[in-house]
Amino acid sequence: MTFQFLDQLKRSLGIMKKDIRIYYLKGPVVISGFLMPLFLFLAFFIGSRNLSIEFLISGLIGMTVFFTATAVSPIIAPWEAQVQTLERLISCPISITTLIFGDMLASFIFGILIAILPIAIGLAMGTHITNPIILILGLLLGGVCFSSFGLILSSPPSNAPSNIMMISSLVRFSLVFISGIFIPLENMPYWGKIIASFSPLTYFTDLTRYTLQGTNYYPVLLDFILLLGFSALFFILAVKLHQRTIYKRL
Amino acid sequence: MDHVVEVQNLTKIYNKLVAVDHINFEVKKGEIFGFLGPNGAGKTTTVRMLTGIIKPIEGHAIILGHDIQKEPLKAKQNIGVVPETSNAYVDLSAWQNMMLMAELYGIPKKEAEARAEDLLRRLSLYQRKNSKVKGFSKGMKQRLILCMALINDPVLVFLDEPTSGLDVQSSRMIREILLEFPKEGKTIFLTTHNMDEASHLCDRVAIINHGKIAAIDRPATLKNTIKKLNSIEISFDSTIKAENLSKIPHIIEIRKEGDKFIISTDDVDDLIHSLTDFAESQKLKIISLNTMAPSLEEVFVKLTGEV
Ligand SMILES: Nc1ncnc2c1ncn2[C@@H]1O[C@H](COP(=O)(O)OP(=O)(O)OP(=O)(O)O)[C@@H](O)[C@H]1O
Ligand SMILES: [Mg+2]
Repeated sequence: MTFQFLDQLKRSLGIMKKDIRIYYLKGPVVISGFLMPLFLFLAFFIGSRNLSIEFLISGLIGMTVFFTATAVSPIIAPWEAQVQTLERLISCPISITTLIFGDMLASFIFGILIAILPIAIGLAMGTHITNPIILILGLLLGGVCFSSFGLILSSPPSNAPSNIMMISSLVRFSLVFISGIFIPLENMPYWGKIIASFSPLTYFTDLTRYTLQGTNYYPVLLDFILLLGFSALFFILAVKLHQRTIYKRL
Repeated sequence: MDHVVEVQNLTKIYNKLVAVDHINFEVKKGEIFGFLGPNGAGKTTTVRMLTGIIKPIEGHAIILGHDIQKEPLKAKQNIGVVPETSNAYVDLSAWQNMMLMAELYGIPKKEAEARAEDLLRRLSLYQRKNSKVKGFSKGMKQRLILCMALINDPVLVFLDEPTSGLDVQSSRMIREILLEFPKEGKTIFLTTHNMDEASHLCDRVAIINHGKIAAIDRPATLKNTIKKLNSIEISFDSTIKAENLSKIPHIIEIRKEGDKFIISTDDVDDLIHSLTDFAESQKLKIISLNTMAPSLEEVFVKLTGEV
């Protein structure tokens, strides 16, 4: 039992390696994952002088990790179905969980690596990281959470990557605007806070804000617990959904 | 374990269309089993159910002693699959594709490398092992897909039309590899449209039509079942009309094919005599005369009612 678990875990590394080689090392991952948040950030930075740089940088980190982790994962399954590599893949002795876990890992790695860029920008602009351990833990958790989220977006059995891309862009942008990235949570109206509380990005941004600015809206432990909960929920949901729909792609 | 594949009542329905309808059969260890049928008969659907890619709506399939639904990982571990429409990753090299498969089958690296090298050499791809698959021809791609299917040294291989659309050389290379399998005690489940291929390669064939098995036997036995329908192929040195021949007794049907006539008969001997008499009386020279046993294709056409 444990042997089989470890064995499958190892095989998901094979999936991860393939994803990184094929999907991440080329294509517009960096562009949509980093440049887009950067432009949003610059627009905001210029427009709102009254927000502190720490607040804006924590938002930039949140957006960047979120956009990158959800950039490629939604299109892997439809893309593989379209270029006809999917059937080959699922005829291998790997479970859907293994497959999804491998996809998640690839997306996770890019999500956390890309965070180096906004952090470097932040440091260059004079912010200090007061609590690097919390930041790293938060990044790891956020990476898993957003990557799994991206995989949920790919579960509708449409084989046109462009359809999935459209849906996922819509969802991704909406989440960015409700998650306390441009408006601090404490300045939001009551209904805004309620909506924000449904977004995992809210808790991630709250954590990074704590590590840079020292201020936070939710207790740090609660941020962690909720991120963990969202991660587990999203991952399990992604697996369950793909188990249902993957056969419909053939 | 005598039977490497056991199929019971396997059924698949796609929105009211019964693609595969309660089929039953077994595949014996070490045989090359052919699965024939016209387009849309349900061949691919069957293969996909046998290899655990889609779920049957009813019935089950035991692959190498494991129920493909209940223990998919165990069943899949020792089989090889060449799907009907599948691709290698075109952005990876041939070698990277092989190594990816090895990782997904959990094969130790050393062993995987040795096997990949051997397979790529046997299918004349080793020179190109580091080129991206993007630049490969169709035949090379299909050969690579076969190599990928064999990386785990499977004891049972499913191939869905592996040679369709390939040139003679690639097809032959693939067939040669397949013919070596039974010697090693391995079993092949082969779907094909190529009747020649089926009758030359297969120990037994199943003919499927509209989702049901129409016949299942050795190719020679199947041919015997319609032996009555023998035919003669004849050509003369000048053009004549088919009507002129029709007065000859024992002719069931005359078909013109190019400069030849294909005449089916219930009495071969008598027909040959009559035909030579006819040629003499008409001052015609016979250029060629062949007796033809029914081909697997004719058996197929008869059983499936397709023209
Ligand atoms: N995913 C699907 N959705 C709906 N119908 C399907 C699907 N796959 C197959 N079918 C239908 O099931 C029937 C059997 O198809 P299948 O692909 O098994 O035939 P086949 O014998 O492999 O044909 P071919 O020789 O063309 O490959 C066909 O009528 C086909 O239209
Ligand atoms: Mg088919």
